[in-house]
Amino acid sequence: MKPFRLNRTQTFIFLSLLPAVLLVFGFTYFPILKGIDVAFRNYSLFNLTDVHYVGLDNFRAVMGTPQFGTILKNTALWVIISLVFQFAIGFLLALLMRKGFRGRGIYQGFVFYSWALSGFLIGIIFRWLFNGQIGVINDLLLNAGIITERIGFLSDPKWAMFSVIVANIWYGVAFFAIMLLAALQSVPSELYEAADIDGASGFSQLFNVTIPYIMPTILSTVALRVIWIFNFPDLIYGMTNGGPAGSTHILTTYMLDKIIFSGDYGQASAIGIICIIILLLFLVFYMFATKAEKAGDF
Amino acid sequence: MKKQWKIAGKAGKAVVLALYFIFMVFPLYWMVITSLKPRNEIFALPLQYWPKHISFENYVQIFKISKFQIYLGNSLFISLVAAAIVLVVTILSGYVLARFSFRGASQLMLAFFITQMIPLFIGFSTLYMMMSRMGLLNKQASLILMYTVGLVPFCTIMLRGFFQRIPSSLEEAAMIDGCSRLSALWRVIIPVMMPGISATFIFAFVQNWNELFMAIMFIDNETSKTLPVAMNSFITKFDIDWGSMSAATVLSVIPTVILFAICQRFIVEGLTQGAVKG
Repeated sequence: MKPFRLNRTQTFIFLSLLPAVLLVFGFTYFPILKGIDVAFRNYSLFNLTDVHYVGLDNFRAVMGTPQFGTILKNTALWVIISLVFQFAIGFLLALLMRKGFRGRGIYQGFVFYSWALSGFLIGIIFRWLFNGQIGVINDLLLNAGIITERIGFLSDPKWAMFSVIVANIWYGVAFFAIMLLAALQSVPSELYEAADIDGASGFSQLFNVTIPYIMPTILSTVALRVIWIFNFPDLIYGMTNGGPAGSTHILTTYMLDKIIFSGDYGQASAIGIICIIILLLFLVFYMFATKAEKAGDF
Repeated sequence: MKKQWKIAGKAGKAVVLALYFIFMVFPLYWMVITSLKPRNEIFALPLQYWPKHISFENYVQIFKISKFQIYLGNSLFISLVAAAIVLVVTILSGYVLARFSFRGASQLMLAFFITQMIPLFIGFSTLYMMMSRMGLLNKQASLILMYTVGLVPFCTIMLRGFFQRIPSSLEEAAMIDGCSRLSALWRVIIPVMMPGISATFIFAFVQNWNELFMAIMFIDNETSKTLPVAMNSFITKFDIDWGSMSAATVLSVIPTVILFAICQRFIVEGLTQGAVKG
């Protein structure tokens, strides 16, 4: 048997990939795998000398808190309502912008810039806009006669979740608009010419030509976006920090709360595992519901 | 009849686009306006939608009450260095994954994709211990390292897409002329790829500039704080002073918004080309 040796090209491939692979496996996969172990230990930042195994205690503690039902409900609302509106508005915009118009480049620069902001800063900006005493949203609604008294958008648990979702919709429309606009522009114009000859109306073209053609993009974008919104605590953290009285916590903000404020890594990791399980279930269900082959590769 | 419908359609389209424009621009407008109001005018009713007097006292204040220039400098330094390292690492990995098929290539791509879906917070406890053992806590190097790590998967995928668009005959010709693969990559491919590479660099820079949670975890001293960490301590420590807060927010978002405005065409291209294969 010949000794195992790499030729020049193989050496090049190996050396070029080495830094990327070492970084990702050493500082992403390794900590995540260890984090899974931490979920079964008594692991608190304030007592790192005794990190014994506690079985499922962390899971019991997390799922046993009275808030847990609210957190799950908030997570569902956060993902579903944000996604529906981001998608609907983003799709409408993409359709309107498809044909192009003078100044579209500049227009895009003004309406898509939210992409460049951090969720945390957007949270801060909307915390100011939704302010209960002197917030401009209250002022606008009062002036328009829609409300007669100022609403404590962020201090009233009934309104707080609504407010953070509005901010999230504002943030995420650009993503869908950008993706769907690119997809729309990839539809070959011959398809529309043929539909015109057949006398198809605008609406029928939309549902029979456009949407079927860009379906793979729609499906993969939606799946990516669900995962992304699910894992996106930054905005809520900046806007309400889960408050008032825990009424705007979603799973990931709750997890951060455990890390940053209580230093309880065991429970935080347990929440992380719950997140991963939920996402896996979602992906399996999604692939099944949309028939994997249609979703394309993403 | 039909013509009237067409005009109505055009008008409707213009109205919707204009409304969306206001919807998107207003929050940032309001932040800028607030930051330019004298402190007593911010809390005075009725609200002024255009400040009576323009004042920069909020901006002066933010530099007075905090070491804002240090945070700005730290954020700039960390973001630039990490983005540059990311480029070097992912130009190599992206190129190799675009040009060669070898055993494990698709599994590696999958492993990169998966990192984008797992909440990394789950590994924070271990990362904290690792940083502590490596003596990197409270040092900028911890963030440079972790920001690089966080961006390697996505930027590899992004650059791989750009490399795939460039015909491999280009570097083959250079190699026939006696170039090594590395120098062909450097002299022939990278110049052609400049738009894609700039987009990737800006994307990486913006992500680093905006990152908050790792910075909160690893940095707890005034001299190494980044902007988001400073902003975080402004909102958690005491009642928010919206005058200084709006000035600080404006200063934090301006660089990324300007970068985005300049290069949005390339960034949009870079972000979409992976997802859309029409």
